[in-house]
Amino acid sequence: MACTSAVFVWFIFLQTSLALYFHIGETEKKCFIEEIPDETMVVGNYKVQAYDHNVKEYLPVSPGIGMHVQVTDPEDKIILSRMYAAEGRFTFTSHTAGEHVICLNSNSSSWFASGQLRVHLDINVGEHAVDYQQVQAKDKLTELQLRVRQLLDQVEQITKEQNYQRYREERFRQTSESTNQRVLWWSIAQTLILLITGFWQMQHLKSFFEAKKLV
Amino acid sequence: MAKLLVAIALTVVTFELSLTKELTFELPDNEKMCFYENIEQGEQATLEFQVITGGNYDVDMELTGPNSQVLYKDVKKQYDSFTWTAQQKGVYTFCFSNEFSTFTHKVVYFDLQVGDERPAAEELTDHQTALTLMETSTVNIFDNLKSVLDYQTHHRLREAQGRVFAEDLNQRVLYWSIGESLLIILIGIGQILVLRSFFTNTHKTPAAT
Repeated sequence: MACTSAVFVWFIFLQTSLALYFHIGETEKKCFIEEIPDETMVVGNYKVQAYDHNVKEYLPVSPGIGMHVQVTDPEDKIILSRMYAAEGRFTFTSHTAGEHVICLNSNSSSWFASGQLRVHLDINVGEHAVDYQQVQAKDKLTELQLRVRQLLDQVEQITKEQNYQRYREERFRQTSESTNQRVLWWSIAQTLILLITGFWQMQHLKSFFEAKKLV
Repeated sequence: MAKLLVAIALTVVTFELSLTKELTFELPDNEKMCFYENIEQGEQATLEFQVITGGNYDVDMELTGPNSQVLYKDVKKQYDSFTWTAQQKGVYTFCFSNEFSTFTHKVVYFDLQVGDERPAAEELTDHQTALTLMETSTVNIFDNLKSVLDYQTHHRLREAQGRVFAEDLNQRVLYWSIGESLLIILIGIGQILVLRSFFTNTHKTPAAT
């Protein structure tokens, strides 16, 4: 049993090591945006490799190098700011719905600074973030039960998303209504300004001509 | 028991394999951002992208294969989707470039799906025993819910784009109206001054002679 779970872990590990990757400079900071509903779990798996000029390949970094992960919520409050190792996993749960910004940067030391870093990153949101192998091992579920569990999670995620969608739609509508109101009031105000300006022009010219004895 | 567990592990891994990777990131002006993915030979991959905010909502995208042959290249696209089958195993690179833009930041979303699109159904074939009706239903529900989530994501992105545009419009209406009001007042005063100057001149000239 323990052996099989080890195999599971290895499988997952293999999976994350195949993830999408990108390059950043040693001191560079890279941010990603996740627009998520509230109470949603986000799990990020990452791995950093550094370019080795001798081997001309990307190799695992020396132990001192790590990743600084910072997550800010829609109100710009920091909800996660931690130093992690060169390879690892960060987790957070959103409390307010909206754009969460996840920033990664390395704590690179200056002697290493010219190098390029390769970052493997995989961010999973909501039910994608749940590790079903673990759930199954813990709760001793049959395959069918596990599937139903997964379906429930999916439905829950959809409901949350739907609620968030409604909230966003409301904001959209408010903006549109505000635009509509502004257009209306500004055209009324502008017409008034136009009339007042015209009236003032007439008055002014009239008194001017009278003063110059032209009429 | 162990055999069953391994079978489950494998099915879960196939689930994992087909998972889409989606990221939203900010692309500053004059910059290029590249992503890489290792794809096995014969696998099908779909890349979708959309610009959510910034400028004219457009971006350049280029997709290159392992021996740097260009599979897709297009400029100033607002959104697009591209599906290809990997002819060979290797690293596929896709780059988003904002190099044509001098001052607008952009927020770009992309979604990369590698592998089978219907893993849950595919898995039916390598199941030892026949599936019960219950199991088939769960598989169906799973697939359907997955497409619901997909559609939701699409809708969310379109909505985001629309909303950002509406907010932009709102601002522009405000500033333009303020500008126009000031313009009317200035022209009004200007007209008077010009008219006055005409009359002052014509009156003075005969008086001087």
